[in-house]
Amino acid sequence: MDLRSVVDLAPGESAIISGFMDDALSLKLLEMGCLPGQPIKYNFAAPLGDPICVSVSGYDLSLRLDEAITISVQ
Amino acid sequence: MSDSDMRKIALVGNPNSGKSSLFNHLTGLNQKIGNFPGVTVDKKTGTTSLPNNEKVEIIDLPGTYSIYPNSKDERIVFDILANKSHPQHPNAVVVIVDASNFKRNLLLFTQVYDLNIPVILALNMMDIVEKTGLSIDASKLSKELKVPVIPMKARTGKGIDLLKSTLIDFIPSAYSPIFDPSSHAEAAILKVKESFNIQEDYVAYQLLQQAQINRSIEESDKKQLLQIEKDFDFQKDDLRRKETLERYAAINHFINGAVKETFTILPKRITDQLDKVFTHKIWGYAIFLSILFLIFQSIFAWATWPMDLIDLVFSKLSAYLSDILPAGLLTSLLTEGIIPGIGGIVIFIPQIAILFAFVSILEETGYMSRVVFLMDKLMRKVGLSGKSVVPLISGVACAIPAIMATRTIESWKERLITIFVTPFMSCSARLPVYTILIALVIPDKNIFGVFNLQGIALMGLYLLGFIMVILSAAAMKLILKTRERSFLVMELPTYKMPRWINVVFTMYEKSKTFVFEAGKIILAISIILWVLASFGPGDHIENAKEEVAILNMGKVVSDEDLTNQIQSYKLEHSYAGIFGKTLEPAIAPLGYDWKIGIALITSFAAREVFVSTMATIYSIGDTEEETTIKNRLKSEKIPGTDEPRYNLATGMSLLVFYVFAMQCMSTLAVVYRETKGWKWPMLQLIYMTGIAYLSALLTYSILS
Repeated sequence: MDLRSVVDLAPGESAIISGFMDDALSLKLLEMGCLPGQPIKYNFAAPLGDPICVSVSGYDLSLRLDEAITISVQ
Repeated sequence: MSDSDMRKIALVGNPNSGKSSLFNHLTGLNQKIGNFPGVTVDKKTGTTSLPNNEKVEIIDLPGTYSIYPNSKDERIVFDILANKSHPQHPNAVVVIVDASNFKRNLLLFTQVYDLNIPVILALNMMDIVEKTGLSIDASKLSKELKVPVIPMKARTGKGIDLLKSTLIDFIPSAYSPIFDPSSHAEAAILKVKESFNIQEDYVAYQLLQQAQINRSIEESDKKQLLQIEKDFDFQKDDLRRKETLERYAAINHFINGAVKETFTILPKRITDQLDKVFTHKIWGYAIFLSILFLIFQSIFAWATWPMDLIDLVFSKLSAYLSDILPAGLLTSLLTEGIIPGIGGIVIFIPQIAILFAFVSILEETGYMSRVVFLMDKLMRKVGLSGKSVVPLISGVACAIPAIMATRTIESWKERLITIFVTPFMSCSARLPVYTILIALVIPDKNIFGVFNLQGIALMGLYLLGFIMVILSAAAMKLILKTRERSFLVMELPTYKMPRWINVVFTMYEKSKTFVFEAGKIILAISIILWVLASFGPGDHIENAKEEVAILNMGKVVSDEDLTNQIQSYKLEHSYAGIFGKTLEPAIAPLGYDWKIGIALITSFAAREVFVSTMATIYSIGDTEEETTIKNRLKSEKIPGTDEPRYNLATGMSLLVFYVFAMQCMSTLAVVYRETKGWKWPMLQLIYMTGIAYLSALLTYSILS
């Protein structure tokens, strides 16, 4: 199976959230509206490449790369 | 009617949901800031009148995304809403929801609803929703959620009348849980309800969830809760995950009929365009630096004239009063102690107001989150977090709120480093010291026609403090070891025009807090200083005239010189003079005399006292002539020479000392509170003062 995470998306690309790799972080991500089955869009990265800005549940969220990599997508 | 008899209404909502706008609209000027009992979390309360003339108390609770607390501030929300015997427990809650960001905002609503307290839903920013082509049917939603739904625009106040009239005889509909914890962990919840005498399932469930993370739960209760968790195999993370998913499923169901179109990906917005500029790899940083530059230039340009005016008014007042009042101890206390002391407080107001106006505009517009976004990677290199930028920028106003603002940083290590280095940021209390010394030693010239040399010197001092922030943070990163992970996960709100009334309120609140909190210390120190400078051991002061005459035996001295000599002889033999003299050997290498020594001692209480100390020291016996503080300092000479006391070397050395030294009791007190011990504040005091002494020594040696 080809397991991709949010950091593998290209700027402007959307994908569907399929799960989380980090248990502790997932509690917070869920509350912030990152829900399995929902689309997530990679908007752009900060000038130094980290953190990144994604759209989820209709708003913009910034995530560090090591946080974004725990969100797997399909 | 006394405050306690009034019905209490709490405002709850996500950050950036328009909660403070709603609060300001409801309460207007009838608001006050205090602390929640036992914790140092800002408590904003106010009153409002309902259409039937009933007065109700409005409590503004800290903004949060979830009832599960991530910080001390956020946990107040659960503590107050869940505990029916809490003195602030409200009769009803208004949950304000950003309609343009509907689902995530509703999560908090469903959690508050399940605590089973009367809830009203305020649907904010309906205008934005309409613009983006979405429509929310408020009455349908109200039927689904079984609570009143009030559409409003908190920015303009539209919908507030409806909210007020809804509050008059508000009786909630019968409660039925949105998330039913009993269906997942019935036995454990039953046990908690019995043991703690709780009615609500969800409150009991939350106690089990928060036993570990909520530090306001008492140790014995915590033990009992953890035991229940173990006995009944309460899988808290698993349940929390299930809970959030169930809540979102319920939300989807609720909005199914009431909301048209999907919210998932918004159409192209202005925010996207602005983000392209504000987070651009060149423009982003250029704009950020320009904004900082603008802040410093405008503080210097705008605050100077009201400050000069205040300075002049107070010195005229002193001179006038000492003319018309009979000479005596009381008059001299008034004109040499109290009035210069109050003047030394009031003089700060223009700077504090301007600084907080800028900070508040940056927060209101949503730009502050972009600064975090831009700076996170850089800041992490030195052990800080992007979120440290907000405390560091607020540190330019005052270290106390700045250190309290570090609570948004979840990682303890990053937070501790931020707390430790924030006082290096030049706070507004240093500004008067900077202003007055720069005016004395740096020429008022323009270079390249536009940049004021004094303004550049000022920016240089701020930069110096910031460089020390970075160096110290990097050093601490190497020393402190931790395995704890740090999170960012932060909302980037849409850009908005600042609501000017909120900016004005912030300016007003912060200035008021400063006058009454810091002002007390400054005034007290001014009076103590006057006593110390006016009295001394033995009878040197009473006999000053004769003793100076003996010293001058055989010399011809003009009247003016004689008066000056008598004044400085008196000061030298006062208690303050003796303290200063004792300190002199230690500070002479830095280029300071004993008079500056007195100011250094008093500055350890609060550095802003420097100016009022100087005013007091140099005004003793001198109020007949109305001179401003600046002129008094300028005319001060090194005894026996025509050299000004405040030459470039001494001036710069003092400036550098004030950039680095930890001279603020209130900051130390707040660090003690936030780090729960004396270890960190004491280390901070020693470290910062040590750096200050060495740097000032170096500066003076190079320049003299």
